[in-house]
Amino acid sequence: MASTQTSGAQTPVTAEVSAQPSAIAGLDSLELGPARPSAEPGRLARKAWQATWPKLLAIAIVLGAWELFYLSNFHGDSAIGLVKGPGTGLANLWDQMQHAQLWQAIGTTVQTAVAGYLLAMIIGSIIGAIVSRIPPLRAATGSIISGLQTMPSIAWFPFAIILFGLNTSAILFVMVLGAAPSIANGLITGVDYTPPLLLRAGRTMGLSGIALYRHLILPASLPAYVAGLKQGWAFAWRSLMAGELLVIIIGHLSLGILLNNAQDNQDLTSAISIMIVILVIGIVVDAIFSKTDRTVRRRRGLLTDAQSI
Amino acid sequence: MSVIQRRGAPPENSPGASALSDGHLPAGSGDAAIRIADVTKVYGRGPGAVHAIDRLSLTVGCGEFVCLVGASGCGKSTLLSIVAGLDTPTAGQVDTAGRRVAIMFQEPALFPWLTARRNVELALRARRVPKQERTRRALELLETVHLGDFADKRPHELSGGMRQRVAMARALAQDADVLLMDEPFGALDAMTRDLLHDEIERICSERALSVLFVTHNVREAARLGDRVVVLSSRPGRVIEEYDVPRTGPRRIDSASVAELAGRVTDRLREEMRRHG
Ligand SMILES: Nc1ncnc2c1ncn2[C@@H]1O[C@H](COP(=O)(O)OP(=O)(O)O)[C@@H](O)[C@H]1O
Ligand SMILES: [Mg+2]
Repeated sequence: MASTQTSGAQTPVTAEVSAQPSAIAGLDSLELGPARPSAEPGRLARKAWQATWPKLLAIAIVLGAWELFYLSNFHGDSAIGLVKGPGTGLANLWDQMQHAQLWQAIGTTVQTAVAGYLLAMIIGSIIGAIVSRIPPLRAATGSIISGLQTMPSIAWFPFAIILFGLNTSAILFVMVLGAAPSIANGLITGVDYTPPLLLRAGRTMGLSGIALYRHLILPASLPAYVAGLKQGWAFAWRSLMAGELLVIIIGHLSLGILLNNAQDNQDLTSAISIMIVILVIGIVVDAIFSKTDRTVRRRRGLLTDAQSI
Repeated sequence: MSVIQRRGAPPENSPGASALSDGHLPAGSGDAAIRIADVTKVYGRGPGAVHAIDRLSLTVGCGEFVCLVGASGCGKSTLLSIVAGLDTPTAGQVDTAGRRVAIMFQEPALFPWLTARRNVELALRARRVPKQERTRRALELLETVHLGDFADKRPHELSGGMRQRVAMARALAQDADVLLMDEPFGALDAMTRDLLHDEIERICSERALSVLFVTHNVREAARLGDRVVVLSSRPGRVIEEYDVPRTGPRRIDSASVAELAGRVTDRLREEMRRHG
């Protein structure tokens, strides 16, 4: 009806646009921007290269510095003389990788990491969910949680060892104490910052109680929760490494034990190999979290394409 | 004679005009969809209290499109929140006689993690529409607002006008009889707004929705409303009502719209001068 009527007062250009029946006419259509280019192979390869070259360069810089340090030979006869060049170091790592011992140690450590982290995730999420629902509790626990976060987790070990003895439980206990506060905090922050406008929209739609949580508050909290999970992992991994060095369990082979053995044998080259393994595991897990974090944010338009490589 | 009748002016001999007086229904519109009776809203207490609305009374008839204009801060959003049940009045009553009420805000307020279709589906789900039906109904509603091709886009992939269309589809999904709109097109460019005016007019008359539409754009009010209600500066009260007979298609640049807009603007200016 009214839309077919054109007015003479408009310039030809605007008249043409407003005569379009399409929904996206108007200046508004300019906002849409070009469609996302499709993922043809050439573009994918370029993207992959863009993502990898900084990492390759980082590795090259580290190896180069290592080699220079070795070649400079300024250490003379001191203990630093035990440092071999990257060639020898990497050969040692390769050698260790041929033996079951390293893999067994990695298996144990990863298993403890997964167990401790899952435990922290469950406990942290439950605490976060409860605390965010009960305002007085929320006010009181805020400082407890941030206090726990500032406490270096290694300081808990004497307490944990007295409580649990020299065994994995002590390590898990400290991991949970290190990681759960961050995870709880992430969830609480997410719930706190659920946009009030969305809450109003949800309530007029008739969402309430569990449905409001399931369809609005939890999805809205997801980015902050994922950030909390990521930070929690960093704390858990640190606590685990400290734990494996401090809590020596007889007949238990872990990366911490291998590091300890290297220390006892004054075997710097092996120590470096184990450290490289620890570093790589940390980097891989961190990359998984970063990827999840970016995916979550991109799906909500919180990330521009330039950032999303 | 003028096509626009001012409330309280001496009744002219058209049958509709004679029945009009403040707080009563236009004749022939049956019962009221929204009855706002002496609503007062005060935020806070003590010396710092903000008197947002003062004994405001207003009735929206069934199928009527009422536009509310007033200076910013005069309590328009507050009033809509109260009618929507998102807020409670300090005094007075709002009666929608059990009708379902949907509200649209200036921001589309879509859930950014859901696609356009899923946003609409969620509203259907909240009213317990069976699962098998939801997708079909959501697509139909998106078709209604001409967004059928964009059903699987997320809000951030849509333009501002398209997002507002999705919000409209979502409001329609609530199967409301009463639609409240709080400056829904305030953030859009003039051309997009023009298109959406046509759509909202079509949809509301097709579905016989009763609408309370808040805007600070006087021309928009004159373009869309069956009635334009002017509020005073804070605390908000109704100071003037203008009836707009449905005389056929209107455009934002129609002469009748311009004339009414001019009169409403004069009235608003007068009100603002009075309040300094
Ligand atoms: N939650 C609130 N608490 C205190 N004051 C508020 C609140 N909401 C609105 N107000 C005040 O009430 C008055 C009316 O606000 P609002 O209804 O948003 O006006 P409008 O939509 O007409 O611009 C304003 O002065 C505003 O500052
Ligand atoms: Mg407002």
